[in-house]
Amino acid sequence: MKMLTFANRCTKEILRDPLNLAFGLGFPIVLLLLLTAIQANVPVPLFEIAHLTPGVCVFGLSFITLFSATIIAKDRKSTLLQRLYTTPMRASDFILGYTLPLLPIAAAQCAITYAVALFLGLHLSVNILVAIVLILPISFLFIALGLLCGSIFTDKQVGGICGALLTNLTAWLSGTWFDLTLVGGIFEKVAYALPFVHAVEAERAVLNGDFGGIFPHLWWVLGYGVVLMTAAILLFLRQMKR
Amino acid sequence: MDTIRIESLSKKYKDVTAVDSLSLTVREGELLSLLGVNGAGKTTTIKMLSCLTKPTAGDAFLHGKSICTEADTVKKMIAVSPQETAIAPGLTAKENLALIAGAYGFSKEKARAKTEEMCALFDLGSIMDKKAGKLSGGWQRRLSIAMALISEPKILFLDEPTLGLDVLARSDLWDTIRALKGRVTIVLTTHYMEEAESLSDRVAIMKDGRLLIAGTPDEIKTAAGTDKFETAFIRTVKEEQK
Repeated sequence: MKMLTFANRCTKEILRDPLNLAFGLGFPIVLLLLLTAIQANVPVPLFEIAHLTPGVCVFGLSFITLFSATIIAKDRKSTLLQRLYTTPMRASDFILGYTLPLLPIAAAQCAITYAVALFLGLHLSVNILVAIVLILPISFLFIALGLLCGSIFTDKQVGGICGALLTNLTAWLSGTWFDLTLVGGIFEKVAYALPFVHAVEAERAVLNGDFGGIFPHLWWVLGYGVVLMTAAILLFLRQMKR
Repeated sequence: MDTIRIESLSKKYKDVTAVDSLSLTVREGELLSLLGVNGAGKTTTIKMLSCLTKPTAGDAFLHGKSICTEADTVKKMIAVSPQETAIAPGLTAKENLALIAGAYGFSKEKARAKTEEMCALFDLGSIMDKKAGKLSGGWQRRLSIAMALISEPKILFLDEPTLGLDVLARSDLWDTIRALKGRVTIVLTTHYMEEAESLSDRVAIMKDGRLLIAGTPDEIKTAAGTDKFETAFIRTVKEEQK
């Protein structure tokens, strides 16, 4: 009950911010439309709708990180968290309350992106549904990253770090906007040592019906997710005790 | 009966002693004001009593329960209205009240009933459906205290409740606090002499983390040899400096 009340509050705070809706839903859709228009004029295999949409879905999750980091950082700044720390709420109520609302938001964001992609020529198949389900474990990584950033940085720093730096890192290192093998070298190695490109490749595999192709990419994503979530929880607990 | 019993409570931050071996009792239904200049240790004392900060030494017992070893039980009987107005800005006043009711594990029916009760007690009818972040400072502070009271606390901590309010808003809030006297044990911190004198059953004057004197406003005036409370405060603090 306590956790659900807090989760309900977080959902309302996130969805009532028009900027969240504009960036979280609007930006990925605009990118999808723009790159599809480029593809229509200058055909590039990378921007074919079936190849592009999984990448845009994963890119959209970087805004989920921004949402989760912003709400925690703002709560810390406003002393609302201090007030709630004096109530019988437990650490698990806070962590789940911040995490759970973002899962359906991530799924909705992904579903809307695929719906737009269908209008742009994506072939309708049951794989789309599986791809939307697969976005849930992938979004766990991005939510964990948000919890960690929100527990470390101020709300202003979160805007710069998650809003600018992370969205760009997700874009460049995910293989969505350009083929990583074309850059090669250390850049490619770094990209494959991070989880973003693995998230995109797992989504692409599912959309193509290659369910075995999810692995090992999903392990990379979940591995990073578990490490980041553990770090976020430990940091949150430390702040709560302090 | 002593509702709060503070025994040699201390808090040190590295080289700074914020609260130095504070011993004090507060009787049931009493309103005690902690009075002092900046850095006196008032807010740190409230933070320790509300289980937000662990004491470095000593202990305090709220209705016989230790803040060090029985924090979960203590949290069920207290409520805090922090110095900065701790509200969820994106929620309406009604939703803010429901959030705190939920944080104490109230059922939906009880939360609804208590929300209506707080609405009537604090005359919040006109702002119940407005977003808390859009309310004036006076309304936000009144809502903040209503949020503290919705959990039916036995002990209420008000940290500088009228800080930054205009004269009328302050007067309204004083009336609200007076109406609570006798029903709830209240510990209030303030900088304002007239507030402490007007509202308190007893006043405790602190300086540099230490308790200088505790008594009724009349007892403090008598001890300082003056009939003005502000003069009594200044003499008490300055004499200690000598």
